[in-house]
Amino acid sequence: MKKGWISYPYIIWMLIFIVVPLLLVLYYSVTASTASGTAFTLENFEKFMQPIYVKVLVRSIALALISTFICLVLGYPVAMILAGRNLKKKSLLVLLFIIPMWMNFLLRTYAWMTILERNGLINTFLGTLGLPQLNILYTDSAVALGMVYNFLPFMVLPIFSVMSKIDMSLIEAAEDLGSNSITVFRKVTFPLSLPGVVSGITMVFMPAVTTFVISNLLGGSQYTLIGNLIEDQFMRVYDWNFGSAVSIIMMLLILASMGIMNRYDKDDAGGGLF
Amino acid sequence: MANHIIELVDLTKEYDGHKALKSINLYIRQNEFVTLLGPSGCGKTTTLRLIGGFEIPTSGSVMFESVNINDVPPYKRRVNTVFQKYALFPHMNVFENIAFGLKIKKTGKDTINEKVRDMLSMVNLSGFENRSVDSLSGGQQQRIAIARALVNEPEVLLLDEPLGALDLKLRKEMQQELKNIQKRLGITFIYVTHDQEEALTMSDTIVVMQQGSIQQIGTPQDIYNEPRNAFVADFIGESNIIDGVMIHDYRVVFAGHEFDCVDKGFGSMENVDVVVRPEDIKLMHENENLVQGRVKSVTFKGVHYEMRIMGENGYNWIVHSTVMEPVDTKVGLKIQPYDIQIMKKVQIS
Repeated sequence: MKKGWISYPYIIWMLIFIVVPLLLVLYYSVTASTASGTAFTLENFEKFMQPIYVKVLVRSIALALISTFICLVLGYPVAMILAGRNLKKKSLLVLLFIIPMWMNFLLRTYAWMTILERNGLINTFLGTLGLPQLNILYTDSAVALGMVYNFLPFMVLPIFSVMSKIDMSLIEAAEDLGSNSITVFRKVTFPLSLPGVVSGITMVFMPAVTTFVISNLLGGSQYTLIGNLIEDQFMRVYDWNFGSAVSIIMMLLILASMGIMNRYDKDDAGGGLF
Repeated sequence: MANHIIELVDLTKEYDGHKALKSINLYIRQNEFVTLLGPSGCGKTTTLRLIGGFEIPTSGSVMFESVNINDVPPYKRRVNTVFQKYALFPHMNVFENIAFGLKIKKTGKDTINEKVRDMLSMVNLSGFENRSVDSLSGGQQQRIAIARALVNEPEVLLLDEPLGALDLKLRKEMQQELKNIQKRLGITFIYVTHDQEEALTMSDTIVVMQQGSIQQIGTPQDIYNEPRNAFVADFIGESNIIDGVMIHDYRVVFAGHEFDCVDKGFGSMENVDVVVRPEDIKLMHENENLVQGRVKSVTFKGVHYEMRIMGENGYNWIVHSTVMEPVDTKVGLKIQPYDIQIMKKVQIS
């Protein structure tokens, strides 16, 4: 590489903003401040093994898995319809799907609070019909709803982009060889859309498992997911060492899950957004 | 008509008001190798897709063994297609691709194994069962596509420019191979191509199409030697097409000379198109009884030389000959009566 120097600014950028912070987090996670200064320790990781924290982890993963699954169930048919060959005004529909993403993520989640709260839109509506009120806000369902709402486009778009690239003649070939539309889907369309599904799952699961804003707003202040736990350690408890250890555990978890997903995404046909 | 396996009756197809196919009528006999030949946009692929069931006719009908199959979906038709870009399933290996149709029909495992093996040996790719489709060359993918279609033992095989992506040598080999397969299996082939040489080499019957209409149906010899109009003559091989006037039966005037010919049945003094194949013109010494000309350019074509000759009245002749005349030589063009093709004038836009 003759013009290697062109990449220097980026290397410096990455060093300052990615490598150094990561090393700092790693450093904090394996040290503890004592009276005699800082010392190497694995206590922070041990602390995480306490049932209360493990429970938070399990709960975060479970909630993220549920949200990812709902996103997949809702998003796959949408992506398939959007990618359909007979759809007119396709770009308009895709645009409608993307427009909410232009608005601030916090604002959209706040909007859900006003919809779900005791005197919010849904309950007012139910009240006028004389139906009993629902307490959705500050429950698991509200958090899952917030995740599904916020992350659904990240499921739809990769699947849509992979599906719209599937060669029509493959589908015709399958029909030609005797498959009805169900068999075509089972044997051709679905297997070929898997790379999109894999990247969709990755892109929904990762932010869902680490979110703290959605759980804060829609889950209430008592509600703790792993993202909230990390936030609390840095912003309230000021136990940076423990917070760093949790972050490292989280990071390893995400790396592992990405590693697993990548095994299914063998060929580079994946239409990731990033 | 017992042996007409497929009949197209007044078949019309419109896309957004544009007529891709204008009421064509055509029958195809059992075990025939039929080629639909024409330039791009002539409707040949549309015709094939209508037979395959991938398009629904705007009007008219597709008959299969005398039964209207307009509304029969592709997966229920007893035809199979070899697609232009092969359309092999990228997520399956060679064996799975070929076995696809058989598995859907719930064929027994042993039978599938046997049939796939037979097909692979027929297309000379034995032992390729577990190869991935991506690892194959274009010619190999083509053969797999053919095997995948033929393993279902269709009554009719539709081929949509299957050799278009192959290099010349491979294409010639595959032409021979396809023809042999067709003869051996006795299956009706409907073959779409824009390559007139391919059509002449392989077909029992050629259907020349242009702008959604059939221009001529005939054997390769008919189409080449007796083109029905100037379009066919021009599309099938190179030709000299000259305006002429029929004086009476067996006598025509063109290029400023009167000629004897073998055609009759035209009106007296009717305007006609006259076609003379480049290889049918003999170059002689300049002679008052012949069309005169001067050699403008000479191109070596391998088997023959192609000479452009500026004739009287400014007409540019193309002449093929194994003997070269140098540029600027004055020559006479000798044309025999049986080499003159007379055709009715048609409006060709």
